Amino acid sequence: MSDSATAPTITEVVSVAEAKRSVRRARPRRVMLGIAGVVIFLVIWEIVSRFGPVDMKYLPPPTEVVPTFFRNIVLIGFWSAVGNTLLSWFLGMLLAVLGGGVLGILIGLSSFARRATRSTIEFLRPIPSVALIPLAVLLFSTPIQQSLLVVTYGAFWQVLFQTLYGVADVDAVAMATGRSYGFSWLQRVRHIVMPTMLPYLMTGVRLASAVALILAITCELQIGKPVGLGAEILHAKDNGLYASSYALVLATGLLGIVLNFGMRWIERRLLSWHQSVRSEAAA
Amino acid sequence: MKLLRHTAAAVAFGLGLPVLLILIWWAASLNSTSIFVPRPGDLVTTFFRVWGSDRFLTDVLPSLGRYAIGAILAVVLGVIIGVVVGLNQTLRALTEPVFEFFRALPPPVLMPILMFLIGVGDAMKITIIVLGAVWPVLLNTIEGVRSTDSVQNETSRSYGIVGVRRVWYQVIPSAAPQILAGVRQSLPIALILMVISEMMASSSGLGFSIIQFQRRFEIPEMWAGIVLLGLIGLVVSLLFKVLEGRILRWYYGLKDLDNAA
Repeated sequence: MSDSATAPTITEVVSVAEAKRSVRRARPRRVMLGIAGVVIFLVIWEIVSRFGPVDMKYLPPPTEVVPTFFRNIVLIGFWSAVGNTLLSWFLGMLLAVLGGGVLGILIGLSSFARRATRSTIEFLRPIPSVALIPLAVLLFSTPIQQSLLVVTYGAFWQVLFQTLYGVADVDAVAMATGRSYGFSWLQRVRHIVMPTMLPYLMTGVRLASAVALILAITCELQIGKPVGLGAEILHAKDNGLYASSYALVLATGLLGIVLNFGMRWIERRLLSWHQSVRSEAAA
Repeated sequence: MKLLRHTAAAVAFGLGLPVLLILIWWAASLNSTSIFVPRPGDLVTTFFRVWGSDRFLTDVLPSLGRYAIGAILAVVLGVIIGVVVGLNQTLRALTEPVFEFFRALPPPVLMPILMFLIGVGDAMKITIIVLGAVWPVLLNTIEGVRSTDSVQNETSRSYGIVGVRRVWYQVIPSAAPQILAGVRQSLPIALILMVISEMMASSSGLGFSIIQFQRRFEIPEMWAGIVLLGLIGLVVSLLFKVLEGRILRWYYGLKDLDNAA
């Protein structure tokens, strides 16, 4: 992090410019290779499906699955399934981020609370969240509540952990300065803790988002009730619609990619002022 | 004396909140008639009654076996493929979108498909564990191999250390911190998939037992299952911490030196 007083030398400027140019030059090649990779994957799949050891009925070729996928995405039923899955994902994330963020700040700022809660957190965190599915089924009557409990539990720890790391990273001198300038607790959180913690929190949110999607879909697969993508896959499989199962799996993967990109985009938006994002843009 | 006080404080901080929570739980369940939450004492006796019996041999051990095989296979495959792909720029660009897709795919959705492809036996469960847990290791290995220090690479080359020997003595050690970060993400995923695969399609195993208890309304037994899963998760994460500390001792030593300087 060089301060503005030392101007960059000519060599530095040139090297940065060259690095940028080489990135620009390399990009089309990488994109082409990436597309080629996808095509090779589809071709292998097609060959294995047609000539491989497995019955073609159980492993339909991409030439059958991809059209099914496109036929699916014009159906309202498909989008309502996506919507239902996303709803449990979103609500679970919301609860997890609010709960994990607030608790993380409260615990992280007090060294007493940090020491007192460590053993409990270390014990509760590794409990696989899917173990709670039976409990959720017993405690709640509606499917959305059931999957919310599981999704929130799984996502909560990711957020809480990252927030704790972030708060631990706050500069002690800055905190002491804030205190001696008469900052209130809230002001200290807003102006000193937040800027340091936010990158950590966003990493936690990104990790939690992937976990939340897995759990939302798992609940649908296991409980079979909240009509979402997971339930649709199970339904297609039980009815012998094998190509449709594959098409839905394809859709789920694409949904995962979209959520990943969405999270990255929000992160870059929120942290545009932060060193990690700025240096990434320059490199 | 000082050491004694220090230890006492550590113990108090470590046990304070758990003891408090259990006391609250105990007090709250004294007069409660809720069938969903057992009393702490009942839970402990149920725990030993359920898992102390031959269920340990018929359900817990097979589960742990599948978990271990799946997780080890995932790590080995992830490291091997990751090294091969990470060392070759073209291969990396070629495989990137496909790998990104499989990483973004929530692994449980593959289960219905695997069920009609290879049935519901142990092979399916181990496959699903590997398919889910391999990606964090694989992608982290690629990233770690890609970012090996260029001075190290050139030194290896000029000393004639190439091929398998270079991979073993230079590439894997220098990528080890990142590989292990991937393994740390993989282990809980593998555990989750072990449970899910048994919940969905099985007649034995921990996941199956818990679902069975729930369907029969054997609530304390179900709780005992959840507690056992939590303990397994805890033991796995502790074991991993010890293992990581051993493998990366040189790395943490270097970091301490850096920080001290």
